[in-house]
Amino acid sequence: MEQQFVEVEKAVIRFAGDSGDGMQLTGTQFSDTSAEMGNIVNTFPDYPSEIRAPEGTLYGVSAYQVHFGASNTNTPGDKIDVLVAMNAASLKVNLKDVKKHGILLLNKAGFKDKNLKLAKYESNPIEDGSLADYQVFAYDINEQVRRVLEDFDLPPKMIDRTKNLFALGLAYWLFDRPLEPTQLWLNKKFAKNETIRDANLKVFKAGYNFGAMGQDLAVRYIVKAADLRKGIYRNITGNNAVALGLAVAANRAGLPLFLGSYPITPATEILHFISGYKQYGVKHMQMEDEIAGITSAIGASYGGALAATTTSGPGLSLKVEAMGLAVMLELPLVVVDVQRAGPSTGLPTKPEQSDLLMALWGRHGEAPIPVLAASTATDCFDMTIEAARIAIKYMTPVILLSDGYIAQGSEAWKVPSLDELPDISIKFATDKETYAPYKRDPETLARPWAVPGTPGLEHRIGGLEKDNITGLVSHDPMNHQRMCEIRAEKVERIVQDIPDLVVDGDESGELLLVTWGSTWGSARNALASLREKDVKISHVHLKYLNPLPANLGEIFGNFKQILVPELNLGQLKILLQYKYMRPIIGLNKVQGNTFTAEEIANKIEEILLSEGVSK
Amino acid sequence: MTTQLDLLIHKEYGEIPQYTPKDFKADIDVRWCAGCGGYSILSQVQRIMPDIGVPKEKIVFVSGIGCSSRFPYYMDVYGFHSIHGRALAVASGLKVARPDLSVWVATGDGDCMSIGGNHLIHASRRNVDINVIMFNNEIYSLTKGQFSPTSRVGQKTKSSPFGVLDDPFNPSSLALGSGSTFVARGYDNNPSHMKHLFQRAAQHKGFSFVEIYANCVIFNDGAFDEYTRKETRPTSTINLEHGKPLVFGFKNELGIIMDGYKPKVVNFDEGTYSVNDVIVHNEQDSTLALILSDMSFNPELPRPMGVIYAESKPTYDQKVTWQINDLIERKGEGNLDDLMRGDEWWEIK
Repeated sequence: MEQQFVEVEKAVIRFAGDSGDGMQLTGTQFSDTSAEMGNIVNTFPDYPSEIRAPEGTLYGVSAYQVHFGASNTNTPGDKIDVLVAMNAASLKVNLKDVKKHGILLLNKAGFKDKNLKLAKYESNPIEDGSLADYQVFAYDINEQVRRVLEDFDLPPKMIDRTKNLFALGLAYWLFDRPLEPTQLWLNKKFAKNETIRDANLKVFKAGYNFGAMGQDLAVRYIVKAADLRKGIYRNITGNNAVALGLAVAANRAGLPLFLGSYPITPATEILHFISGYKQYGVKHMQMEDEIAGITSAIGASYGGALAATTTSGPGLSLKVEAMGLAVMLELPLVVVDVQRAGPSTGLPTKPEQSDLLMALWGRHGEAPIPVLAASTATDCFDMTIEAARIAIKYMTPVILLSDGYIAQGSEAWKVPSLDELPDISIKFATDKETYAPYKRDPETLARPWAVPGTPGLEHRIGGLEKDNITGLVSHDPMNHQRMCEIRAEKVERIVQDIPDLVVDGDESGELLLVTWGSTWGSARNALASLREKDVKISHVHLKYLNPLPANLGEIFGNFKQILVPELNLGQLKILLQYKYMRPIIGLNKVQGNTFTAEEIANKIEEILLSEGVSK
Repeated sequence: MTTQLDLLIHKEYGEIPQYTPKDFKADIDVRWCAGCGGYSILSQVQRIMPDIGVPKEKIVFVSGIGCSSRFPYYMDVYGFHSIHGRALAVASGLKVARPDLSVWVATGDGDCMSIGGNHLIHASRRNVDINVIMFNNEIYSLTKGQFSPTSRVGQKTKSSPFGVLDDPFNPSSLALGSGSTFVARGYDNNPSHMKHLFQRAAQHKGFSFVEIYANCVIFNDGAFDEYTRKETRPTSTINLEHGKPLVFGFKNELGIIMDGYKPKVVNFDEGTYSVNDVIVHNEQDSTLALILSDMSFNPELPRPMGVIYAESKPTYDQKVTWQINDLIERKGEGNLDDLMRGDEWWEIK
């Protein structure tokens, strides 16, 4: 049969198998190679919260999805074009996300009686006709790799382990990817073990050739390179971007970086990355608990470091009292909350946007804190630097909200160079003639930062209310009112220092879509699909949740209806309704995953349609 | 890489001025109750400060919440009055970020061992170079009289009208058990002894834990009378001195011998034992330290006072600095542009 090429704008592939099958690695390789080819990529790993769940079970399935295209992908993709499933359980778990007539590349060896039983299949789906809606290509990959490696003196278990590379090679053939990047990577990874290296290289190539030689896979797909700006690119996850952002922010502020943290999913990787930055003079402490994580950071901030603490919901709950202390002390601190589904332990590995109101208001007393939210993996870098800039300039703790979705998902990042990033340094107080601990900058209302070691500036601060200017303990009721108002005003004044919103689409109209955080990607894809159908819809995305951008109220005035999709039961909606006295339509989802573009698009069409009917 | 902070703190200031204790008194009224044990602790701390060899701008007192935690306000150095229980975590972050500082923590039995117990054991095991002075009054005073983790079984307090059921912590054993490298005990009405302990703590490189029996005149008056009054003190306590035999009593007629692995009191006047038979204190012996500390609550034995244990060991803050320096030496100072680019990058031309 003649092989034919079909050109597509974008495609979504998901590699799925057992936790131990190497699916994360396979997906990462596919994504890295695609990005290197010039595709825009967006990925999401989906793995169980158990470390090594029993083999072949439904709850032990691990998957990695790659959305790659010639234009903006924005999200890891709603529906899958190609599912690579290494066993019955991984087919069962993932089939619901595959497009009708989508491609299933199945490893027959993972569909034996035992596998079918564990996956709770009554009969073999490869044979019983239940996959008639899909293009099924089933091969015994275990048998293939054994044949390829028959000359290798390796134990059968080792040989079986290379099967993910066979599947990867086959996927490369299907999407016409070059083999070199993965070959280079294998050479490097197994440089110390030639046999393993050669076996992996051989199997990878064999997978590719299997596609080329095979008769049944007649159609190959071409996804052209995107028209990207010139420069150096890499793939990066949101957590990695936060870690780099902190290191870079400290450099641009001329300060040493200190991280006080405690391991918690899905924020732990930030701690991992930063613990590797010793060479850059970065200090970190893995503390005994979440409270010690933040309080050690406050201690370091008092000592003149750019201090940060990283956590997720349950940890944020524990840090609340110390955040109030940081508000009272007026010391810079970056608190990164990688949100996950709650309450309590909730769904630890699944994203949600349900910490917003807690970040804004979840402290005793009047304790305003600026709150920012990152919208994509790469935006985590920019927003981390922005959080540090605001913290230092305004002498305040700042909360940066990320979530498990962008924290662990990756996308290509145009790597900036250090010297093109802004200088965010401020001056420490040193003049003992003019110094007073709470004498404020008239513009920002920030108090001076005087660090121990500065002669003549010895002073005492603490959680008790302060006298304005002197910082001495004060129980004067009028002073307390004044200080509460000053602390609130200081945070409100940050509005002068953040960009106005620019409406995407018409500046006035029927419906304004308002998003925050990681729903950005699904919203953009929804807009793109609606605009193809000439649906008029405008969009603003909020990166600053406190204070909100100055022109948001004015923008609201130009639209009849406002829709806020968010991964909670309506938290931004509550904020906006209270703040602008406008009814807001919510689209709310708490299902441990993000919106599909379709869900948002459908809601928009539903609103516009009912509006049309009522006219 | 040199930071703005380095430029500020590594400036040469010349000779350390000749301070007097008055230089360490903050211009503020001390607001403890008349007769509070805190006064004598404060005055001994102020007395040792001129001679610890640190310029006053490099000294920081950190505290949590409680009567004792007002301490930083009364010292004319840098001070940080934090939140309940967290002083040691704040101090750990500060000391690791700023190893050039002399960091002290003033805390109480509730602040340090109840709400802050987790931070105590971990700061202790890490051996962060912090000097902790724990005012032990065996009661919660600032909240007006509830039992604390050092209150005694049966003690009647506002929250235990029928008597405390909880067994107390023995602070020195808790500190030793969690790895403190300097453990000592003193009491508020022996200023010269306290002064000696504070000097030793200041000299000690590492985590030092000094427990001071501090009488609370309002909510637990007389709690330590048995150990601090001169009528009973000679037989109810024993003063530990490195290299000296463990003798006590009004005329030093009593001594401690080991009976198997248990310490036992002997009276030299009975003729069976002499001073040559008793244990000689070795403050560097960790096994002996645990045995001596364990004497504290034994009614048959005197309560040990003085330096129970002192071990020399690299501190956590030193090790953090060494690890950084070692990596920079081996791999060179990191270049952030390289870090941002990572290992797997590509170029669009």
